[in-house]
Amino acid sequence: MISRGSGTGSNDAVTAARADGGGAGLAVRDVVVRYAKAPGGLWRRTRATTVAVDHVSLDVDQGEIVALLGPSGCGKSSLLRAVAGLEPLADGTVTWDDGDLTGVPVHRRQFGLMFQDGQLFPHRDAGRNVAYGLEAQHVPAPERAERVAGLLELVGLAGYERRRVATLSGGERQRVALARALAPRPRLLLLDEPLSALDRRLRERLAAEVRRVLKETGTTALFVTHDHDEAFAVADRVGVMSGGRLLQVAPPEELREKPATAEVAEFLGP
Amino acid sequence: MFVGLFFAWPVAMLVARGFVADGALDLTGFADVLGRPRTWRLVGLTLAQSFLGTGFALVAGLPVAFLLYRRTFPGRGLLRGLVTVPFVLPTVVVGVAFRSLFVPDGALGFLGLEETLGGIVVALVFFNLAVVVRTVGGLWERLDPRTEQAAAALGASPGRVWWTVTLPSLAPALVSAASVVFLFCATAFGVVMVLGGARYGTVETEIWVRTTQFLDLRSAAVLSILQLVVVATALAVSARTRSRREAALHLVSDRTSAVPLRRSRGDVAAVAATAAVVGGLILLPLGGLALRSFRGPDGRLGLANYAALGTTGERGALTVTVWEALGNSLRTAAWACAIALVVGGLVALLASRRPRGTGARRAVSLLDGLFMLPLGVSAVTVGFGFLVTLDQPLGVEYDLRTSPALVPIAQAVVAVPLVTRTVLPVLRAIDPRLREVAGTLGAGPWAVLRTVDLPLAARSLGLAVGFAFAVSLGEFGATSFLVRPQSETLPVVIFRLIGRPGAENYGMALAASVVLAALTAVVMMLAERLRGDHGGGEF
Repeated sequence: MISRGSGTGSNDAVTAARADGGGAGLAVRDVVVRYAKAPGGLWRRTRATTVAVDHVSLDVDQGEIVALLGPSGCGKSSLLRAVAGLEPLADGTVTWDDGDLTGVPVHRRQFGLMFQDGQLFPHRDAGRNVAYGLEAQHVPAPERAERVAGLLELVGLAGYERRRVATLSGGERQRVALARALAPRPRLLLLDEPLSALDRRLRERLAAEVRRVLKETGTTALFVTHDHDEAFAVADRVGVMSGGRLLQVAPPEELREKPATAEVAEFLGP
Repeated sequence: MFVGLFFAWPVAMLVARGFVADGALDLTGFADVLGRPRTWRLVGLTLAQSFLGTGFALVAGLPVAFLLYRRTFPGRGLLRGLVTVPFVLPTVVVGVAFRSLFVPDGALGFLGLEETLGGIVVALVFFNLAVVVRTVGGLWERLDPRTEQAAAALGASPGRVWWTVTLPSLAPALVSAASVVFLFCATAFGVVMVLGGARYGTVETEIWVRTTQFLDLRSAAVLSILQLVVVATALAVSARTRSRREAALHLVSDRTSAVPLRRSRGDVAAVAATAAVVGGLILLPLGGLALRSFRGPDGRLGLANYAALGTTGERGALTVTVWEALGNSLRTAAWACAIALVVGGLVALLASRRPRGTGARRAVSLLDGLFMLPLGVSAVTVGFGFLVTLDQPLGVEYDLRTSPALVPIAQAVVAVPLVTRTVLPVLRAIDPRLREVAGTLGAGPWAVLRTVDLPLAARSLGLAVGFAFAVSLGEFGATSFLVRPQSETLPVVIFRLIGRPGAENYGMALAASVVLAALTAVVMMLAERLRGDHGGGEF
C-alpha cells in the first residue's frame, strides 16, 4: 500500500538538491527485498519468505545509463521495483541526490518506468498514452500536444497520435511506451526488459535507438535485461547479478576483460 | 457497513429470535417446529425440488453451452441473448407464464402439471438454464482444444475423449454452476408461490405463510435458520470449487476455440437438443404467455386485458392501478440500482486489490464471500429480517419500516452481489502493472482510479446497472414482505391479481406480466450491448 504524508519532507529535500544542478544521482545502499513464499495459498499460514535482493549497493550518476544483467530470477527486476517504490525495502536505503526516498510514494518519486510488454493504456490512443504523465502534471493542452508530437518523432513514430493501441506492432508499442515514460521528464528512467518481447533483429536495432534517445534527452537510466548484447549495446556500465547479489559493476570492456570473479566470467561466457 | 446494517444484523436478529424467548435461551421453538411432520415434508420437498431442478438444468444446459460457445453460426449472439432472458425475468412472470400453460385449458394442460412438483421443476429449469449455459460455456470456450486433439491422437474415440478429457476439464464450472443453481432452486419464491398454489409449498414459502398469515414469527425464524444452513453448505461447496477453478484457469488458452458448425453426428445432436430446449422450454412458455395475454375475459382476441391495466381490477382487487404500480416499480428500481451500484462498486474495488500482508489478503477474501451471501440467502429471509429488526435500527428511535427507503434498500441488498460479480472480474483482469505505470507517470492513487480503473471498468459498470435494475424490477420475495399498499410494485400486483378470482383479473395479470417481461428484456438488451464480446463474468 502506498502511504502518503511522510513523503513531502524528503521530497522537498530532493527538489532542493536538484536545483543546484548535477547532484549525486541514485544511490542504493545495502538494499534487501523479501517476498512471501507461495503467495497462492490464501488460508495457509505462511511466514516463510524468500530473499529476492540480498544487500545490494549501486550508484547511478546523473546522465548515466546502467544495465543490470543476470538470468531470470536473479533479483534484478525486484531491485528495479524497489527503486521505483513498488516493493517495500526490508532493509537498506534508496536515495536520490542524498535525499532519502523511504516513504515517498511511487507517484512523487519522479521516476519513470517501462515494462517488457509496454503496458500501454488500452482505452487511450498512442498520443494520449504519451500525454498521460503530462496531464498528471497539469501541462496546458497546447504545450502538451507539442511535447507529445516531439516525443513521438524522437522515437520514430511521427504522426502516430491518433493510432489505437491495438493496431500497433510490438516494436511500435515499445516505442510509444518509451515516449510515454520520457514525457514527464523523469529524474531517472527504469526499464524492465524493455526489448525482451521483440524478435532478435528488431531488438538489436531498438537497443541502439534506445541508447540514442536516452543520451539525446540526457536521461539517467537503470536498465534491466537478461541479454548480454543488449546490456553492452545500451549501457555505460553493466552490473552482473546472480542469486540476489550484485557481483560486479563495470563498463562493458572492463567486464569482458577483467571479470572480478569466476562466476562473472562464467556467466558472460567466452 | 451497508451489509452489516441491512443484511448481517437483520439475519443475526432473526437467528437470535429462533433461539431466545423472553430473554432466555430457549430451544423449545426448535423442538416444536422440528417435531412437526409438516416441517419435514417441506424440507423434503425443498430438497427434491432443488436436486431435480439442478440435475435437469445441467443436462439441458450442456448441449446448449456446447453449441453456443464451441461452435459459431449466424444468429449465435441472438440465441445467447434469448437463453439469458429467462434468468432476468421476474420470477412472478415465469410463474405466470408456466401457469398459463399448465392450467387445464392451457397448451400443456393435459400433462396435469398444475400445482405439482413437476411443474415447478420445469419452471426452475427454465429459470436457471442461463446460469448453466453461461458458467459452463464460459470455461468451455477457453479450453485448449489441443488437449482433446492429443487424446484423439492417442487413439481415444470421441466418446472417450468426452469422458476422459472434456468432462473433467469442465468439472469446476459444472460444480460451480450446480451449486449456484441449487441455491436458486432452494430459495425460489415467486415461482413456487405462483405455480404451487395452495397444495404445494417449500421452506421458503412456509416462512412467508407463517409470518404474514399466522404471525408466527418464531416458527418462521426457525425455518429461516434451517434454510440458512442449507444455503451456507451450498455456498461453501461453491466457494471451494471457485478457488479451484481460478487455479485451473491458468491452464486455459486466451483465445476462443469455437469453430464453425459441422455436419458431424455430435453437432447435429447438439443442434437438435438445443432446439428442443430453447423451443420447448423458453419459446413455448413465453410465446404462450404473450398469446394468452391478448385473449380477453370474454375469450376474444384483442387488447381488452391491456386496456384494463389502467384500472384496479375486477371487484377492486388492487389498491393501485397497474400503471401506477409500474411507476412505483421504476422509481424503486432506480433507487435500488443506484444504491447497489455504489455499494457493489466499492466492494468490487476493495475485493480486487491484492494487498501484500497475509492478514489483509484474508480480509479481502472474507469480504468477497460476505457480499456473496445475500445472493444465497433467500430474499424472503432478508425481507423478514428487515421486518423484525428495523423498527429501531441500531437502537436509533426511527422506525425505518415505515420509511419509503426500505424497499429500495432491500432490493439493493439482493442486487449488490450481482453488481460485485459483474465488475469484479474486470477489475481483477486489469494488469496491476498498468496502475504501477500510471503511478510512475505521476498519478496519485485517486488519479489512477479515475484514469485507469474507471475507464476500463466502465462497460462492465453499464452491464451491472442493467443487471441491478432488472433484478430490482422483478424482485418479489423481499418486496412482498415490506411494501406498503400505496406503493406496491408490479410483481406484487401481478401476484395479487393471480390470487383473486375472476377472468378479468387473470387476464390483467397476464398482460401485466408481458409488460414487465418486455421492460426487463429491454433493460437487459441495452446492458448486453454495453458489455460487448469479452469479459464473461459469473452469470
